[in-house]
Amino acid sequence: MADVNRGDRPLSPHLQIYRPQITMVLSILHRITGVALTFSMILLVWWFFAGASSAADFETADAILTSPVGIIVLLSSAFGLTYHTFNGIRHLFWDAGFGYDLDTVTTTGWAVVFGAIAATVILLLIAVA
Amino acid sequence: MSLKTPRSRVMGLGSAKDGVEHWWSQRVTSVALVPLTILFVVPFATVIGEGYDAMRSLYANPFNAVVAILFIGVSFLHLAQGLQVVIEDYVHDKGARTTLLLTNTLSCGLLGVAGVFAVAKIAFGV
Repeated sequence: MADVNRGDRPLSPHLQIYRPQITMVLSILHRITGVALTFSMILLVWWFFAGASSAADFETADAILTSPVGIIVLLSSAFGLTYHTFNGIRHLFWDAGFGYDLDTVTTTGWAVVFGAIAATVILLLIAVA
Repeated sequence: MSLKTPRSRVMGLGSAKDGVEHWWSQRVTSVALVPLTILFVVPFATVIGEGYDAMRSLYANPFNAVVAILFIGVSFLHLAQGLQVVIEDYVHDKGARTTLLLTNTLSCGLLGVAGVFAVAKIAFGV
């Protein structure tokens, strides 16, 4: 490849040195949570499949998912799912042509983050109750 | 004078050979998943860790069973669509891309059917 910086000219800011902004962080987080939810969905199918197989199989699957490691996985999945759902609604509004104003984008972005955290806590409380 | 054939002009598609079908289909599954996710996740949270009988009786309820079946089915459809776009974006080697796209489609189909079948079997109490 040709020398990309002949004469040591200034480079335009790229990802590693660009100050993270809410828009870009939430954008990639939508994709990351989407991909990560593949794993959650595989676990869900495994849980149901065990439930359809036998009581013993189900108790094993249920115990693994409610073990300390399982609970961390479930809470991460809950955050991923609620975040992806709320941010997905935000994307649907954009698709319909609404919410592009810079202030609105920032406000809805933070609303989605705090909404997902709140929804995860609510799901935890429902599960514990 | 256009060199396009009349059929090509009517179809209105360029060299990509398809239009907005994939994009639109992804929005349709997104819209469906908003209510399905809420309706699925809340009862699921009440029953996880509560044992076999609690799970069986929850999904013996036709409403909960249909919600679970739709949630799993539409989720794997949406997952297949989303992962396809991610693979197309990041995997450029033709052989690897084709292999991954095929694996994605087949795995999502398999897991979706397995999940739907499992919930149905639980719901029918057999």
